[in-house]
Amino acid sequence: MAEPRKNPRQRKSRYTADRGIAGAWEGETVTRRRLFEGGAQAVGGVAVAAFGLPALGFALGPMFEEQLPDTYQDVGPEKDFNAETYVPKVITLVPEAGEAGKATIYVRKTDPARDEKNADQPYVAISTRCAHLGCPVRYVTASQRFICPCHGGVYGFQGEVTGGPPVRPLDRFYTKVERGRVLVGPRFSLNSKLERFPHPRDPSNHLDGLWQYLYPARPST
Amino acid sequence: MKLPQPPLPRSLQRRPAPPGDGTGPNGDQSPPTLKDQAVEVPVSVIGWLDERSGASPFLRGFLYRKVPKGTNWFYTLGSASMFAFLSQAVTGVFLAMYYEPDPSRAYESASRITNEIFLGELVRGMHRWGSTVMILLVFLHLGRTFFFGAYKYPRELNWIIGVILLVLTLLMGFTGYLLPFDQRSFWATVVGVNLNSSGPIVGPYLADFLRGGPEFGAYTLSRFYALHMLLIPGLIAALIGAHLYLVAKLGTTAPPWLKAEKSKALAKEQV
Repeated sequence: MAEPRKNPRQRKSRYTADRGIAGAWEGETVTRRRLFEGGAQAVGGVAVAAFGLPALGFALGPMFEEQLPDTYQDVGPEKDFNAETYVPKVITLVPEAGEAGKATIYVRKTDPARDEKNADQPYVAISTRCAHLGCPVRYVTASQRFICPCHGGVYGFQGEVTGGPPVRPLDRFYTKVERGRVLVGPRFSLNSKLERFPHPRDPSNHLDGLWQYLYPARPST
Repeated sequence: MKLPQPPLPRSLQRRPAPPGDGTGPNGDQSPPTLKDQAVEVPVSVIGWLDERSGASPFLRGFLYRKVPKGTNWFYTLGSASMFAFLSQAVTGVFLAMYYEPDPSRAYESASRITNEIFLGELVRGMHRWGSTVMILLVFLHLGRTFFFGAYKYPRELNWIIGVILLVLTLLMGFTGYLLPFDQRSFWATVVGVNLNSSGPIVGPYLADFLRGGPEFGAYTLSRFYALHMLLIPGLIAALIGAHLYLVAKLGTTAPPWLKAEKSKALAKEQV
């Protein structure tokens, strides 16, 4: 007579005592070997996390903290500037970076007839950082254009794009006047309607329409 | 080889030599000369290491493995890439002895390596041209693998590791380009980082990570330096190890123009 076939779906008992494991305790379901295996792996994981997470945070930290100080720097007396043309000035963006932390900006007096947007700023301080990929633009007085040497970006008198690959106008800096001196503060970005975005974006980041949501303001700015 | 003795009567068989050559005090062999001892030293050192590490079976399998018929010079491009990496590693380590990753000192220290330090121009030149050679070799190796069909089963994992190695090699080129810190390398890096920033949503964060902040700052250069000489080369070395392990384990492929030979038994059967 054949043995009755075992039901293949019938699982082994969850109790170690029923499975004939030596030294099993009453009601024990997890063998000690498995428990210690899991425990050793958990301890190893904790040890890796203990040095890995702080190291990772250390490397990624600068992405999540605001770094650029909210300070204003003097670029000269008011009589240096006029509303007709730009005057180049050198400001320090990152004091610790030596010469690499300095940048040229172009400054002129705000002209109420021409500057409807951003008229609250007494001066227009235009960044030379090209909005395409960050090369330094220069102002050509004869054509009243900002021209980038790298990929042929061209900007008009307001810093608006008139040719080439840039995706938005040139950035500007906040300005104010104190005791007859012109002070230049933090950077801000503009979209093609010259509307202000107080958190500056990187070059190559579009700011028009829905694009602005694909290039969000970052904690570091 | 020892031949069996011919079946001769005992009196005609050659007598075995007596133990020792009879010159020692008790008729023993003379003590080994100094030269014999000196020859023994490297043999016994290697034997000592081999007995304790079990290296020779591994090395025999690794270095004397069989290769398919038709293996040709194109199959050396992988080794050539690896030796290019080793050359970059060695010259890079020694360049690091003289290079200072500080924004105000980097350019001067790099030009001092070229102009003042003994053999500095040669070693820096090897590193600079070696980087180009390495990228060329890696691409040629990629092309060889692709056109010979060596990426197919069961070698897909090695193809994937190879693609990661390609990306890491290009990252070495990108991070190393900044280090001379002249106008060209500075603006090229500004452009390269802003290219990263052009990716939607993650791009600006990636650029922040590379620069260590929203502007090219005090720590951008040292970040690039650490990536260039510690993080990426470490990853490359580890992945080259995995890549080689899989090459040794799976073997290389025959070139595609060679048809597989039928076994003789099968050929006979088909006739």
